[in-house]
Amino acid sequence: MAVLAKNDSKFTHRHVHTVMMLGGGLIALALVLALSISQGAANINLATVWAAVFRFNPELAPHQIIYELRIPRALVGALVGAGFAVAGSIMQGMTRNPLASPNIMGINAGAGLAVSIAFAFFPGLPYRYLLLFSFAGSALGAFITYTVGSMAQGGLTPVRLALAGTAVATLFSSVASGISIYHKTAQDVAFWFAGGVAGAKWLHVYGLLFWVFIGLVVGLLLSPSITVLSLGEETAIGLGQNIVLVKTIGTIIVVILAGAGVSAVGPIAFVGLLIPHITRFLVGTDYRWLIPCSAVLGSLFLVSADILARMINHPAEIPVGVVTALVGVPFFLYLARRDARDL
Amino acid sequence: MENVKLFSYQQMLVNKKNQVLRLICLLLILLIVVFVLSMNSGFIRLSPWEVTKTFLGFGNHKQELILYAFRLPRILIAILIGAGLSVSGAIIQGVSRNPLADPGILGINAGAGLAVVTFILFFKDTATQSIFLLPLVALLGGLIAAILIYTLARKSGAVSTVRMILVGIGIGMLFKALILLLEMKMEYHQYVNAAIWLAGSIWGSNWQFVLVLLPWILILLPYAFSKASILNIINLGEQNATGLGVEIEREKFLLSGMAVALASACVSISGGIAFVGLISPHLARLLVGPRHEYLLPVAAVLGAMLLLIADLFARQLLSPNEIPIGIVVAVIGAPYFLYLLAKSTG
Repeated sequence: MAVLAKNDSKFTHRHVHTVMMLGGGLIALALVLALSISQGAANINLATVWAAVFRFNPELAPHQIIYELRIPRALVGALVGAGFAVAGSIMQGMTRNPLASPNIMGINAGAGLAVSIAFAFFPGLPYRYLLLFSFAGSALGAFITYTVGSMAQGGLTPVRLALAGTAVATLFSSVASGISIYHKTAQDVAFWFAGGVAGAKWLHVYGLLFWVFIGLVVGLLLSPSITVLSLGEETAIGLGQNIVLVKTIGTIIVVILAGAGVSAVGPIAFVGLLIPHITRFLVGTDYRWLIPCSAVLGSLFLVSADILARMINHPAEIPVGVVTALVGVPFFLYLARRDARDL
Repeated sequence: MENVKLFSYQQMLVNKKNQVLRLICLLLILLIVVFVLSMNSGFIRLSPWEVTKTFLGFGNHKQELILYAFRLPRILIAILIGAGLSVSGAIIQGVSRNPLADPGILGINAGAGLAVVTFILFFKDTATQSIFLLPLVALLGGLIAAILIYTLARKSGAVSTVRMILVGIGIGMLFKALILLLEMKMEYHQYVNAAIWLAGSIWGSNWQFVLVLLPWILILLPYAFSKASILNIINLGEQNATGLGVEIEREKFLLSGMAVALASACVSISGGIAFVGLISPHLARLLVGPRHEYLLPVAAVLGAMLLLIADLFARQLLSPNEIPIGIVVAVIGAPYFLYLLAKSTG
């Protein structure tokens, strides 16, 4: 009894800790968003930002800049960061594979190919249809990588996942660059591939808001099952879980979250790899907490990376994907160097 | 009894050698057929008879121009690069004892590519004048990538295969991000040229490119062939190799350097063509087995043929437009690689 009580108190302690982290993360996110809105080629002070949000005056140029460029950019960064991070968390939970993430698995490249096709063959396609293209592409990428990796004897090991994902990504990006060179849409695609948070508009915000919201809600509903699945397939089956159903729904969420992200900003790498690991380190492996926390941290990370991307070479910008890669590659190498048995 | 066994073993070796020689002859004949086909095809078609006539010196001026100034250098480049990348891949696979290693997957091509893009962007004038420097610049980038991979994959004195592949993939992603960074600095036309080059292309090849690449291939390929027996011994495992008196670390170092040099020289001319270094050694292994004295030359010929065929497709598929040859190779190579991966064990 005493042991139980102690366990209980431990759990509540854990919950308090996590809730505080979540709250702190949200406050930090609000601050970073404000900073992101004020930061740019023309620096605008926070008072003006406040005024532009709450007493918008279309006559004033800074208000226009804030409303038309900065706010959508900051919001798209936050939404995409949350989407990639949650997609990565779900993938790592479902496959129990530390390298699982939308980029490594070729999902981003699949969405990238689909969007390049749309740019070349259906120029001026409305964004809501572009999103559907992107979903189809990311589903194809996930399907090929996962099938090839699992067909091999010994199953989907991290090395196989990485190799299959790299091959799929090489194939897709080759075809994509072929199409865009041929149709002379190369630099459009390149800017978008480079992580075009810079081109974010309100229509992206609305599209993303819808899909990321759906992904997050379904992800949260599914989270207890993912926790069970992350203990191993045998355990999950033993506990009476329908693992095919859970994996199917989980994969659909991943495809939606990653596909939506790529359609707005291009295949930004490493958010979906890095953030789930950090979040797991901070809040443990209960996916009911891990999913919302990684959403907040993912937003925080991508918005901060975007601020950095604008600061490093001010007033010119560098692609935000380069910033995430510069942070992400060392982490990836760290994972790769860890004990080979973990992999 | 003992003698009979020994004799039959030697007989077997001789048979094997004859078999491989016959195979190489067959492949060379095939290569010539593809070569002639490739000479015929293009925006202006020439019949095999016209090609032969022009080679013998009886063609008209226009035919000579097409063959000597445009098609021949391009075909030679395809052959040289196919052979170079294949042998480079075969050596890397031999040294790392990993059949899925490839200079493209391991990020060595990306390292060489980054160096060349940097050089072209920051030393515009020098780059166009002294094209002979390009392979050296690429080599520098390739070596940096290789050294990074080796250092980071090394843990408590050993370089595990798994770690090497993962680290290589990571390094490749880093270099690609940096290439992207440089691309964003470029003017539009510069960007398009860089994109086409990075996608792997051999159009616009002229005799100068052939002359730049030729010495590297002519020196490094025979040198690689001469090291075949060392590669065989490495394949037996490190302990056996040391037991047989091979200075394993030194030889591995030399061989890896050679593989990087071959890949870099090719990348500096053609941009990143992935998967050739993986497919042709693999096919060669299927045809002649794992002994490197057979594997290396067969892989070289197969690689040359593969690139020639890919080049034919690149020219014909969307004629009169061309697509970068690297894209054709990726479309053939990636599925084959995925197939190998799906079949792999352990």
